[in-house]
Amino acid sequence: MERLLRIDRRIIFAIITIAVIVSLVLRFELPIPASEPVLGIYKKIESLPKGSHVMIAFDYDPASKEELQPMAVAFLHHCFRRDLKVIGMTHYPGAPGLAEQAMTSVANQYQKKHGEDYAFLGYKPGSASLIINMGENLYSAFPKDFYGNDTTTLPVLQGIDSLREIDFLFDLAAGTTIETWIAFGKEKYRFELGAGCTAVMGPDMYPFLQSKQLIGLLGGLKGAAEYEALVGKKGSAVIGMRPQSVVHVIIIIFVIFGNIIYFISKR
Amino acid sequence: MRKDSNFFILVGTIGLFVCINIFLMASGKLPFSFDGFGVILGVGLTLAIYSFLYKDNPAFKIAENLYVGVSLGYTIIITWFNFLKPDLYDPLIVPMFSKAATKAPQYALIIPSMLGIFMLLRFSRKLSWLSRWTFAFVVGLGAGVSIPRVISAFILEQTKPSLHPVFSGGETIFSSINTVLILLGVISVLIYFIFSVEHKGTIGTVSKIGIWFLMISFGASFGYTVMGRLSLLIGRIQFLLRDWLGILQ
Repeated sequence: MERLLRIDRRIIFAIITIAVIVSLVLRFELPIPASEPVLGIYKKIESLPKGSHVMIAFDYDPASKEELQPMAVAFLHHCFRRDLKVIGMTHYPGAPGLAEQAMTSVANQYQKKHGEDYAFLGYKPGSASLIINMGENLYSAFPKDFYGNDTTTLPVLQGIDSLREIDFLFDLAAGTTIETWIAFGKEKYRFELGAGCTAVMGPDMYPFLQSKQLIGLLGGLKGAAEYEALVGKKGSAVIGMRPQSVVHVIIIIFVIFGNIIYFISKR
Repeated sequence: MRKDSNFFILVGTIGLFVCINIFLMASGKLPFSFDGFGVILGVGLTLAIYSFLYKDNPAFKIAENLYVGVSLGYTIIITWFNFLKPDLYDPLIVPMFSKAATKAPQYALIIPSMLGIFMLLRFSRKLSWLSRWTFAFVVGLGAGVSIPRVISAFILEQTKPSLHPVFSGGETIFSSINTVLILLGVISVLIYFIFSVEHKGTIGTVSKIGIWFLMISFGASFGYTVMGRLSLLIGRIQFLLRDWLGILQ
């Protein structure tokens, strides 16, 4: 019994790895029903008229790519399919490469042109100060976009002077930027805000849904998979739900097994 | 003897990795191009990082230090081209020293630039006192901007759902139960954190309910954390199976 309690942790790592590989290679379908927080964002995008301005804050870096990049791609598909004007920016220096890759690849599929249908403003430090600056004057916060173009000349930004004119802002966050957007952006400049975050942050964001400071939330890979299923663009997040579900069952079995062995050994 | 076996495991693993890549390139599954070598580099670093799960080893150390160095270098370049060049160098330095410049220098930028430079003077024993001016500015401005916004967004707005009527028409029975649970959770957890009163009698009972609410929230956080960490593993294994080995489509 004692041996079972002192099992080498590397055996557990190996079991988890094998479970992930097997469930990725074997193909089976699992239902992915959309939860209320995910539907909140989907319905908001569906309700926006053509030509509305949506801003995406790519506030993550490669360390959170696996969870947040599928969200970004699925959300961009939805926006471009609805003919919305998309403006991207980031508070993270590690994000521009990922953000540009996502925007360009999805925009090309819908024949959307940079500068006319979408723009990527790039990275700026400052966090709260940057948001306040954007809330007062977007062009003073970002005089040039990521490619060095003068932002005042970009047709996609016509009709936009500050955050007040943004119809919906979607923050993809791996850190504390959702709280910053709420406190210094949404509460002050009164725009609609939704968010996607890593699973680790998920529980901390639910109070903001309750208070309606967020109209919707995509939490972790599951949130990304739900959004992919809703927009009909099943990608890496939907595929990831198979190993996710299988390994969760294995972990639950491990927890029950460990507790049973522990209580038996105490007798 | 044990050190030798670790060395042979490391060399053997690297040798196997090289052989697999030669086979993949020879069979055409990986292109003989920058893209192909990029995938191999990504795979090598992924496996080097995950090798820590077996044991700490030189491959993990190299990958770890490489990550720190590359991310710092990348941050410096991105900060220069996205921030310092368009917001400081182009509007202030270029017009000051270039005769071909068409715009006048923005001298107002000198003040924030000086404050930024003062921050770096913390490394000088003689001049480190100047950094206090910058800290005073940052703390004063930060407090002034943050305090009202934080009180409004995180206290006043968060209090509203706690004080929501249990039934004001239009709600379902479940939303009314939710409202009661939120109220009970907020009050019991707040009472648990009152340490100036002994937790006995009614206070003790309510604080125990608070502990249950806290435990459930810790459990939810742990569950989400497991899901998050697993997502990263799934993403990496998808990369290995799809982009490297070509098993997944």
